[in-house]
Amino acid sequence: MKKITSKGLSPYRKNEIISYGIAILGFAVISVLRSLGMVSSSLQGQLVPICAYVIMAVSLNLVVGISGELSLGHAGFMSVGAYTGIVVSGIMGTMGAADPVRFFAAVIAGALAAGVAGFLIGIPVLRLRGDYLAIVTLAFGEIIKNIMNIVYAGIDENGFHISTKSDYGLSAEGRMLLNGPMGATQVDRISTFFYGFILVMVTLFVVQNILNSRQGRAIMACRDNRIASESIGLNVMKNKLMAFTVSSALAGMGGVLFGLNYSTLLPIKFNFNTSILILVFVVLGGLGNIWGSMIAAIVLTVLPEALRQFADYRMLVYAVVLIVVMIATYNPAIRSRVSAFAEKYLRRKKPDAAPAEGGAD
Amino acid sequence: MGQLLKVDDINVYYGAIHAIKGVSFEVNEGEIVTLIGANGAGKSTTLNTISGLLRPKTGSITFLGEDITRTPAHKLVEKGLSQVPEGRRVFLQMTVQENLEMGAFTEKNSDLRGRMDRVYEQFPRLKERYRQVAGTLSGGEQQMLAMGRALMSDPKLLMMDEPSMGLAPILVEQIFEIIKSLHEAGTTILLVEQNAQMALDIADRAYVLETGKVTISGSAKELLENDKVRSAYLGE
Ligand SMILES: Nc1ncnc2c1ncn2[C@@H]1O[C@H](COP(=O)(O)OP(=O)(O)OP(=O)(O)O)[C@@H](O)[C@H]1O
Ligand SMILES: [Mg+2]
Repeated sequence: MKKITSKGLSPYRKNEIISYGIAILGFAVISVLRSLGMVSSSLQGQLVPICAYVIMAVSLNLVVGISGELSLGHAGFMSVGAYTGIVVSGIMGTMGAADPVRFFAAVIAGALAAGVAGFLIGIPVLRLRGDYLAIVTLAFGEIIKNIMNIVYAGIDENGFHISTKSDYGLSAEGRMLLNGPMGATQVDRISTFFYGFILVMVTLFVVQNILNSRQGRAIMACRDNRIASESIGLNVMKNKLMAFTVSSALAGMGGVLFGLNYSTLLPIKFNFNTSILILVFVVLGGLGNIWGSMIAAIVLTVLPEALRQFADYRMLVYAVVLIVVMIATYNPAIRSRVSAFAEKYLRRKKPDAAPAEGGAD
Repeated sequence: MGQLLKVDDINVYYGAIHAIKGVSFEVNEGEIVTLIGANGAGKSTTLNTISGLLRPKTGSITFLGEDITRTPAHKLVEKGLSQVPEGRRVFLQMTVQENLEMGAFTEKNSDLRGRMDRVYEQFPRLKERYRQVAGTLSGGEQQMLAMGRALMSDPKLLMMDEPSMGLAPILVEQIFEIIKSLHEAGTTILLVEQNAQMALDIADRAYVLETGKVTISGSAKELLENDKVRSAYLGE
């Protein structure tokens, strides 16, 4: 299909380059600043979570922005990935595997587990029309959280143990991996900013390649008009399922990165609020806008920390910033002032907004 | 003239509502067949059942000798059955050209360029606007785009649901001219219309639907002369 569209695709390509640019530039600048010792310790500690949230936001955008389905349980897939990754990394650690091997094995396992979970949820739910996915993913997030609250796992000389009881016979020399409501404990913190950067690039590569492919066109067509899509022979359910499964797997990957960054990880960390936070990144960054999701995830992760000086007013300021950004990005007067390039991009994204703007002037 | 489509005694329900009550008809190769009827007669329901968006409770639908009663909508395009859905359902955020490309989505390694040229030949208005975003097209242009997109799969049978809906008389004429020329170019057409006069003028055969049943059928000429049709649908 690309053969025919010669110039038509350029806006997609531009956005693609911006996204990669943000990731590479961000990584380069931070790396240089770090080598000069100019990165504050609080920011230092946030680098991996920022990468994880960027992955979460970009992957959720694939579902919410590009495939047009609401998901309220993205943190649930993050959780599946995180705990799978922690277990895999823990087991491999006792076998003496090198850190990079452990890390990437954990990433693959976490992505697979979360992808399978997404696929299984998607099969029944995406057949239905309406907001069922929102309801089911919401429930999924809560269910996963509650399951993780009662799972105990560990490894000792007798092998791997997993149970729903706290006395599951782990020997004294054994290594505890999951400890019910206490979550993961004694996790080796093997995530690094560099790994985070690599995973962000992988996520961008996967999502943006889907976006620019035949498959991506089909996914967006199904979002834009279900009946028209069926009339041209698209399998709407299959397209939506594909987007949802990929998104879940990427979320699992983000979860592994996040999980292996802390020595302990409580299941409660992946609650409804986290899902909503990721959704806020996506909505604020612009539905379907990949680099928008990245910027929103970065800014809104750094902001609460940066606002510490405002003490009790911190969340108030945070809320005000959210509102201002929302108003600013949807205000035609402000929008018309952004560069010609950005203008071009926005008009393309929201064609029906263009005449409305003209009419308002 | 082989038989292309055969609808045999279908019954379609929306929950408890019995919308189609034992409708049968057929479309032969090379024909324009029209289904006419008042609002709510069941015309769209019939088309959507053929195209797989709805399932009949009983009865069967055969296309090119193959039973397609339970074939999912997305598989029918590959078999050569294409529908222009009611209400100009184009992809508003895509350009004209991208919409047309989507129409050939199920085709692998086909001559897209050639088909697109043919569509642009039929619809010069679309050619002028090939880079325009579909959401900014006028209603008539969107209708042309929906028709052009359906033609991109090179269908054996093209089904159209009220292509003239909501268009100014001059545009209605244009749309019907185009339907006629598509037919002359060899496309078989099943046309659903409320504009009975226009539909009967170009059709070979016609069926009148009333509250879910075929009440009158025959050649378009016969129907144009039928008293009941004249008083009920031609406003005479
Ligand atoms: N989704 C639905 N749920 C319930 N009833 C429906 C639904 N769609 C259509 N109907 C009913 O089925 C009957 C046939 O509707 P249909 O849309 O097929 O009519 P139509 O002949 O296409 O009318 P129009 O010319 O107004 O488009 C109507 O009584 C309508 O109210
Ligand atoms: Mg109708």
